[in-house]
Amino acid sequence: MTPTLSVRNLRVEIPTRRGVLTAIDDLSFDIAPGEVLGVVGESGAGKSITGTAIIGLLEPPARIAGGEIRLAGERIDDLSADAMRRVRGRRIGMIFQDPLTSLNPLYRIGEQLAETILTHERLSQRAATDKARRLLEEVGIPAAGDRLSSYPHQFSGGMRQRVVIALALAADPELVVADEPTTALDVSVQAQIITLLKRLCAERGASVMLITHDMGVIAETADRVCVLYAGRLAEIGPVRDVVKRPQHPYTHGLMAAIPTLHGDPDETLRQIPGAMPRLDAIPPGCPFNPRCDFAYGRCGSERPEPLDAGKSRAACFLHDADAAEAPPADTVRAARAVGLEVPQKVAEAAR
Amino acid sequence: MSLAETARPAAAGEPGTLVEVQGLDRVFDLSRPWLNRLIERRGRIRLTAVDGVDFAIRRGETYALVGESGSGKSTIAKMVVGLLPPSGGSVTIGGTDVWAGRGRDEQRRMRRRIQMIFQDPFASLNPRWRVEAIVAEPIKVFDLVPDAGRRRERVGELLSLVGLDPRDGQKFPHEFSGGQRQRIAIARALASEPEFIVCDEPTSALDVSVQAQVLNLLRDLQKRLGLTYLFISHNLAVVRHVATRVGVLYLGRLVEEAPARALFAEPLHPYTRMLLEAVPDIDMEGIERQSIAGEIPNPINPPRGCHFHPRCPHAMDRCRAEVPPRYAVGEAGVRCFLYDPDAT
Amino acid sequence: MAELADDKTRAVGTAPEPADTARPGMLARALDSDLFYSFRRSPVTVVSAVVALGLVLSAVFAPWIAPHNPFDPASLSILDSFLPPAWAEGGDPRFLLGTDDQGRDMLSTILYGMRISLAVGFASVIFAMLVGITLGLVAGYFGGFLDSAIMRVADVQLTFPAILIALLIDGAARALAGPRAYDEIVFGVLVFSIGLSFWVQYARTVRGSVLVEINKEYVLAARLIGLRASTIMFKHVLPNVLGPVLVIATINLALAIIIEATLSFLGVGVPPTQPSLGTLIRIGNDFLFSGEWWITIFPGIVLAVLALAVNLLGDWLRDALNPKLR
Repeated sequence: MTPTLSVRNLRVEIPTRRGVLTAIDDLSFDIAPGEVLGVVGESGAGKSITGTAIIGLLEPPARIAGGEIRLAGERIDDLSADAMRRVRGRRIGMIFQDPLTSLNPLYRIGEQLAETILTHERLSQRAATDKARRLLEEVGIPAAGDRLSSYPHQFSGGMRQRVVIALALAADPELVVADEPTTALDVSVQAQIITLLKRLCAERGASVMLITHDMGVIAETADRVCVLYAGRLAEIGPVRDVVKRPQHPYTHGLMAAIPTLHGDPDETLRQIPGAMPRLDAIPPGCPFNPRCDFAYGRCGSERPEPLDAGKSRAACFLHDADAAEAPPADTVRAARAVGLEVPQKVAEAAR
Repeated sequence: MSLAETARPAAAGEPGTLVEVQGLDRVFDLSRPWLNRLIERRGRIRLTAVDGVDFAIRRGETYALVGESGSGKSTIAKMVVGLLPPSGGSVTIGGTDVWAGRGRDEQRRMRRRIQMIFQDPFASLNPRWRVEAIVAEPIKVFDLVPDAGRRRERVGELLSLVGLDPRDGQKFPHEFSGGQRQRIAIARALASEPEFIVCDEPTSALDVSVQAQVLNLLRDLQKRLGLTYLFISHNLAVVRHVATRVGVLYLGRLVEEAPARALFAEPLHPYTRMLLEAVPDIDMEGIERQSIAGEIPNPINPPRGCHFHPRCPHAMDRCRAEVPPRYAVGEAGVRCFLYDPDAT
Repeated sequence: MAELADDKTRAVGTAPEPADTARPGMLARALDSDLFYSFRRSPVTVVSAVVALGLVLSAVFAPWIAPHNPFDPASLSILDSFLPPAWAEGGDPRFLLGTDDQGRDMLSTILYGMRISLAVGFASVIFAMLVGITLGLVAGYFGGFLDSAIMRVADVQLTFPAILIALLIDGAARALAGPRAYDEIVFGVLVFSIGLSFWVQYARTVRGSVLVEINKEYVLAARLIGLRASTIMFKHVLPNVLGPVLVIATINLALAIIIEATLSFLGVGVPPTQPSLGTLIRIGNDFLFSGEWWITIFPGIVLAVLALAVNLLGDWLRDALNPKLR
C-alpha cells in the first residue's frame, strides 16, 4: 500500500553568515494510511522544521536542499507555491501550538469554516454552513449552531483548539500535521484534545504526524514514533517498543530522564550529561557520541545509518552486525544490561 | 526548671516549622480607570487570585504547590518571597513576618534568607551582565564577602557547586544553553546563603533530559546545604519526584494538602483525582481514558460554593451553595463535602 | 522554524565546559557582532558612515585643517570679497570655494560653521536624552500617578511642532535677557529649545521598553534582594532599553541640525559673527539673485549631505536592531 506520506533523505539547510547549517540531515520515514506517527525530540532537534518542510512553509532562508517528500505517491516538495497552497488545507490539515495563529480574529468561526469548506468543495453557502455546524458538533462544541457566529476570542483556549481541529479536518485531508497541539493547554484540557484528535482522525482514516516534546502524549496517542536528535533520526519504531525497549542510547537516556507517576519517587532521575549540540557545532560521526555512555572508536568519526534493532530501527553502531570494528566487550555488556538488543554477532566479535 | 531545659538552644536547627502561611488572600483590581467606568457604566472588576490559603513548611523539606493556570500558585510564590503584598493573611519565615513593617536592617536580614529560582532562564538573567557579576550581586548587596578578590573566588565556588566551570563567570548569559542558565540562576540564588528557596516552575522551560539534571541538582543541594524548598509546578510527575508534602490549588483555593506519598497513592479531592487521571504518562500507552468534562472557569467570575462543582462528578446541592471547609483525613486536609464527618 | 528563531536552540556544548577563551576584548566582540555584520553588508550604510565621520572629523579639527581663520579680522581683506570658486572664471586658487561678502574663505567658514551646527545638534540630543530617558524610566517603573502626569505633559507637548516650541523659547529668552546678554547665552538657549521638543520621543520609547523589561524575571531577582528602585532602573533596566534610544538619537541628530539651521535662517539662531551652516545659508540667500550663488549653495550642500548621511545611519540602525527584520 502506498504510504500517505513518504519522506526520503530529506535535507534542510539554513544558510547563515557563518556558513550553511544542516537543520535536517538525511531523514527518511513513512506514515501509513490511518497511522499516527509521533515525532519527538528536544528543542532544536528539528521536529518543527520537519513539519514545516512537509507542509511547504519553511521560513526563509531555510530551504529543502535534498531528498523528496511524497503525499500518497505524488511529489510535493517541488510544487509551486500556488500548487502547494492548494495541497495545504485540502490534502494536509494543520494544527499549531497556538490556536490563534490558525484563526483570523476578525472573522466569525462559522465564516472561517465555511470558507475553508467552499475552497475545497463545490457546495452552496447554505450547505457549507450546515457542514460547518456539524463539524463544530463533532469536535464537541456545545450549542454549535449558536457558536458559528462567535469570534475566536470568545472561546476558551481548549475550545479554540477544538475549532482549529474542525478547521483542519474541514476538507477531509489525507494527512494532519499537528505541531505541539496541546502544549499551550492545561493538563485537564490536554487529555480531552488528544482523545478528540485521535478519534476524529481514526474515524476519517486520516494519517497524523504528531510533533511534540511530550513523550507522555506520544505514548498515549501514536502508533509509531520517530525520535530526532540534532536534526538526525535517532530511532524509529512502534511506540510500545520505543518507550519500553528503546534501542538507541539517546532514546534510552531520554525515557529514563522522564519523571513518571509510577515507580520509586526517591530514585534519582537518570540524566544525560550535557545538552544537545547547536546546529553549528554538531560533532562529527554520531551526533550523540560525546554524551553517550556506549560510544567507542568509530562513533566519533563515522555517521551511523538507521539499522534494524529489535522491532525498531536505530542509528547506532551497536546494532551493526556487519561491522569490521566491534565495540569493546564491556560496552556490549553494559548496553545489553540496559536493554539494548545488541546482535549476537556483534557480541561475539567483541573482545 | 531543669538544667536540660535551660541549656536547650533556641529553635534554630530543629526540624520545626520554617515557613508559615496563614489565611493568605490576594485580590487584583482589574477595573478600567475611573473615568471609563463612569462613562461606560461599568462596575469594578475584582479577581480573587488567592483565597484563604494556609500551609506550613518544615525545615529541610520540599513543599510543592500544584495547580493549572489561574490557580494562583505563582501569586502565592511572589507573596511568600516578599515581591507582592498580600491583600490579607500573613507569611512568617522563622517566626518573622515577611510583610510586617520593620526597619531596613531587619528587612535586609530577612531578604538574605529567602531566595527564588524562576521559570524562564532566558529572562531571569540580565543579558547585559557577565555571569560573574550576576552571581556576585547578592554577595555584594548583603556585604557577605567585602574583599573583591575573595568575592571572585566565592563566585567560582558557587559555579562549581552547580556544575559549571568557574571560568564560565567571564561569559554572558546568551552563551549558555537553557539548562546551564538555570544552573547560573541557582548559583545566584545560593549566593546569599539562604535557608529557604522558592522554585517557581524551575524546569518547565527545559527539555526532559536537562530537566532531570536540574531536578537532581536541586535535590543534591538540598541534602548538602539543608535547604527548604517551596516548589511550584503544574507537572504532577515532577512534583511527585521532588516533594515531601503537596498542596493542590484550584482557582486560588487550596483544595487538598497531604504528604506526597499519600496524595499520589490515594488522592482525596475529586479535582486531584481528575488531575492525576489526566496526566499523559509513558507507562500508560494505549489506555483509553474517559475524557474529563469542562475547562477551568474564568477566575474573575468563579462558580459559587465549591469552585470545582461544575466539573465534579460527585457534586451535591450543598457544593453549589457553601464553600467547603478543610476536613482532616489522616495526615491530609481536604476541602470537599464528601469528607464531612457530620454529613448524612 | 519557530524553534530555530528561538534563542533556546543556541545550546552550548556540555555542562562543565572549559572557558578556553578568556574575556574577549571589546573590539573583537564588536567586530564579530551581528550589528557589524549587517553594517558591512550594506554599502549605503558604509558610505554614509564614512561621509558622516569625515564631516564630523573635519568640523572637529577645523582650526587645524581650514586654510584660513574666518574669524580673524586681521586676515580678512575686503578686496577678496565675492570671489567665485577657484575653478570658475575670476576664481582665486587661495579660495577653493570662493569668498563671501566680507572676503571670508567659504571652505573655512563652512568647516567652522559645521562645528557650531554639530555642537548644537549633539548637545540638544544629549539634553533631550537625559530628560526623556529619566522621565521615561520613572514613568514606566513607578506607573500610577507619576506615569499619568508625565505622559499627559508629553501628549500636550506633542501637539506643538518642534520648530514652534523652539521659536517660542528663543523669543522668550531674547525678551528676558536683552540683546547683549542674549548673545552670550544663545548657545544654551538653542540647545534647550531644540532639546525640549525631542524629549517626548525618548520618554515614550523608554517607558514602553521599561514596561516590558520590569516584568522580566531578572528584575524580579533584583527586587528580591532588596535593591533600591533607582539602582534597578539604572543598573538593570536602562542598559536593556538603550537600543531603540540609540536609533532615535541618531535620527534626532539630523533633525536637530536642520532645526538649528532653520532657526538661524530665520534669524533667531546664532549671530552672524559665529555663523552656523544655517546662518551661512541665510547670508548667502541675500546674494543668490545677484549671481553669487556659491555663498549659499555650498553650505546648503554640506547641510543636506550631513543630514542625509546621519539619517541613513539611523535608518540602518533601526533595521539592524529590530529582530523582526533580521
